[in-house]
Amino acid sequence: MIGGLYRPGDSPIHRMKPGAKLLALLLFAIGMLAFSSPLIAGAGLALASLAYPIGGLSWRIAFAQIRPLLLVLIVLLAVQTWLVSFEAGLLLFLRFAALILAAGLVTLTTKTGDLVETLERGLSPFARFGVDTAKVSLAISLAIRFMPVIAAVFSDIREAQAARGRDRSAIALAVPLIVRLLKMGDEIAEAIDARS
Amino acid sequence: MATRDIVFIALFAALMAALGLFPPLMIPGLGIPITAQSMGPMLIGGILGARRGFLSMLLFLALVAIGMPLLSGGRGGLAAFVGPWSGFIYGWALAALVIGFLIERVWSRLDFVRAFGISVLGGIGIIYGVGVPWYSAMSGMGLVEAFTGSMIAFIPGDLIKAGIAAAVIVAVKRAYPLITPQLSRSRA
Repeated sequence: MIGGLYRPGDSPIHRMKPGAKLLALLLFAIGMLAFSSPLIAGAGLALASLAYPIGGLSWRIAFAQIRPLLLVLIVLLAVQTWLVSFEAGLLLFLRFAALILAAGLVTLTTKTGDLVETLERGLSPFARFGVDTAKVSLAISLAIRFMPVIAAVFSDIREAQAARGRDRSAIALAVPLIVRLLKMGDEIAEAIDARS
Repeated sequence: MATRDIVFIALFAALMAALGLFPPLMIPGLGIPITAQSMGPMLIGGILGARRGFLSMLLFLALVAIGMPLLSGGRGGLAAFVGPWSGFIYGWALAALVIGFLIERVWSRLDFVRAFGISVLGGIGIIYGVGVPWYSAMSGMGLVEAFTGSMIAFIPGDLIKAGIAAAVIVAVKRAYPLITPQLSRSRA
């Protein structure tokens, strides 16, 4: 099973309601995009960074959120400095770093299960438009359950195609994989319907 | 929506996640990564059709948003939705919808050429159509500069992916068709 990005803890941020955290993140993002001043973006970045120790998370974890995008951000800073001004580049750099840190913090401090629940609750007002939350839950749990199954089926097929010397061809791997998954899907759907 | 549709939506969201596990292929000499995952919207739209394909991609994005590291390179969480490149993953959902819609329209006459054309239109046209303006708006860079500056280098890889996706879509249609050709029947 693929684990989430959640880091267990008991900090004030961990204890906040998931819905409240998502709302706070939304307001933070609106605020960051509304003001075009590097000073305010810098303050936002400081705020998001300081929230990590409050959440019981180290600076190393905070930096790990930014690292995958650091190169992109540096290129953005350089291109903006070249095309517009250093100030414009700095604004974007600080703004994105702050947004990524804040979004990462919500992800790190909220259990996947709690977010799924919040998602379902958030969808319930849409029930009158034909959104069935029970079916959404079923789809989420099935998708999570299918991931290791797909990996297992794929390694079977790769072995079989390797025996034929065809394991380097994307098409020779993808077609039997998908056809087998579709057959499996039909069987599972029949099994679910037979039980209910 | 029938149980069968829910199962297929979940199955392809999981397949999208599985595509993220493949290590990116590097184009020799250019250092540009080709990820298998961006082939997902073409396959999902082309095999499931518009409605199920779109919902499957939304489900995948929801799983990413709730903190599962399913994007290629193990990225995930809400941070993936606020970056300068995030327009591309929003584009995936729209691409699956458009590809599904077009594939349904040509279903009875579907061949490699049509599947390839639709994959290019949706999987490249739509995805860049969302991703480039997003990047441009987020970075303040002009549309043309944003495109030629960096993204144009990914186009050859995307064309290869559209070719693979088209071949798979046609082969799966022959072996295990899922789309009911109600729309093309009305034409005949």
